[in-house]
Amino acid sequence: MKLLVFIQFEDGKINRMSLEALACAQKYSTSVTAVTFYEKAANELKNYELEEVLLLKNNNLNTYNPLFYTEAMHTIYKEDYKALLFAHTYETRDWVPRLSARLNVPFLSDCIDFKVTNELAEVTRQTYQGKLNNNLVPKTNFLCSIQSGCFKIDTLKNGTSVINSRDIDLNNVPNTISTEEKFKDQKGGVDLTAAELIVSVGRGIGKEENIPIAQELKEVLNAELGSSRPIVDYGWLPHDRQIGSSGQVVSPKLYFSLGVSGAIQHQVGMKGSDNIMAINKDENAPIFEIADYAIVGDLLEIVPALIKKIKEN
Amino acid sequence: MKICVLVKQVPDKDSDIKVENNENKISNQNLNFITNDSDNYAVEEALLLKENHGGEVVICTFGEESATQVIKDSLSKGADRGIFIHNDLNKEFDILNISKIIKNVLEKENFDLILSGLQSDDIGNGQLGVLLAEHLNMSHGSLVMETKMDSTEKIKVKRELENGWFQWATLDLPASITIQSGINKPRYASLRGIMMMKRKTIDTVKLTELNAAIDEQLTLKELYAPIKSKKTEKINGSSQEIADRIFTILKEDLMLL
Repeated sequence: MKLLVFIQFEDGKINRMSLEALACAQKYSTSVTAVTFYEKAANELKNYELEEVLLLKNNNLNTYNPLFYTEAMHTIYKEDYKALLFAHTYETRDWVPRLSARLNVPFLSDCIDFKVTNELAEVTRQTYQGKLNNNLVPKTNFLCSIQSGCFKIDTLKNGTSVINSRDIDLNNVPNTISTEEKFKDQKGGVDLTAAELIVSVGRGIGKEENIPIAQELKEVLNAELGSSRPIVDYGWLPHDRQIGSSGQVVSPKLYFSLGVSGAIQHQVGMKGSDNIMAINKDENAPIFEIADYAIVGDLLEIVPALIKKIKEN
Repeated sequence: MKICVLVKQVPDKDSDIKVENNENKISNQNLNFITNDSDNYAVEEALLLKENHGGEVVICTFGEESATQVIKDSLSKGADRGIFIHNDLNKEFDILNISKIIKNVLEKENFDLILSGLQSDDIGNGQLGVLLAEHLNMSHGSLVMETKMDSTEKIKVKRELENGWFQWATLDLPASITIQSGINKPRYASLRGIMMMKRKTIDTVKLTELNAAIDEQLTLKELYAPIKSKKTEKINGSSQEIADRIFTILKEDLMLL
């Protein structure tokens, strides 16, 4: 099965998740093309076992713009490519749906698995905040973005591949979207990425008045405090405490979550933790799928009892 | 400014989601349906834009009969009218087909702005706003955390990127914008708002009466609860017993105390 993998390039290097998508493609096909807009990326990609590296050239592709990206990929799309693979990044989320509509091929976003059996592709997507898996079989060509961490880059096969450059005409693309330099809002915010121990708060804490319970546990454990997105949206904790796809990605020795349901976007930020301990009232909360220690119960009773126990000892 | 907000009715995040026996669909029993979380922020942003720049806010949803409730909830908050695209086939469609159905209805309206939540809490495709931008020849911005209207032809949006990065983009109107949760503080409906909602119009368009070109390109082979790969210790007992066990794990197994 002929596969095309789009390679995202930013800050002078290939996005790691794009390489995971490439590893996925190599696993199921011997006819993989990698496509990039950057010469530096192409030079790196030619060292993998690929049918070819496609380097698309136009000055408008030097910085991200969804309209130019879409038209460039539309130009080189061929029916032969049964599937186009992408890393499920924020950039992908911004432009690949546009490509899907333009090509009239479905886009299966945020897939946790992709496989090909007897020339038939099947992908797995999570729905209902990770509570269910959907195995889907496309009847036509399709686009697919792969969630972070589902394929390992150490399985990438090395080789010697050719780079084929193509100049792309983008003169007819309307200039209706213009972007500025990216920036960070809070300088010197809390860095949770190096924390050994994180106590993390989710919606299950119930109300703002209960936040001090988590604060106190954090104090007695000498931990850092993290949170899921809703807590930041409610304004109960500042943005620099947020863990997940739009916040920080952490991997402490212990991730102790209090009332965190564990939606996909949150799991992306903490599933690499050495140990995960989770307290939640809902026994079906997705966090329990990845927890090492699962406690179904009321955190407002358990946590104060634990704080007392630690203080006494 | 003519603004459309796309909203979706979804099961409450805390709902117990179960697959019906041997059928690839979820059981609707015991489900509590609400407006999708990020859509509430999109509705609020539309109301704020209208308050500051004038215009009309139209709420549109595609769904089964019960979905009119999410339109009513938004009308109670101050939106002007509703468009209900009734899925009278009671069938599930993939997001590309849904986008074509909605496009079919919205293209006659010539909206300046389409707002939607960035992702639904049920199926979670996170694509509709951008798909519609392409179908309707609009500019777009996704994962938006702030909007600014400095002229009548353009809108500035602050987009959220990964790992705490942001970016400003300027979009020519018409534009489709997907709203990230946390952009504002969604209001509650007032009693007066609820009374006024009853006099507002909701136009119903039936899917079976639309000439939308639906071609199903996906087959759902299996729907199931994820199989656990990790070995998990379940800690049971009274709160005190649980606290004691956690203490032992922290101290002896993980050596963190």
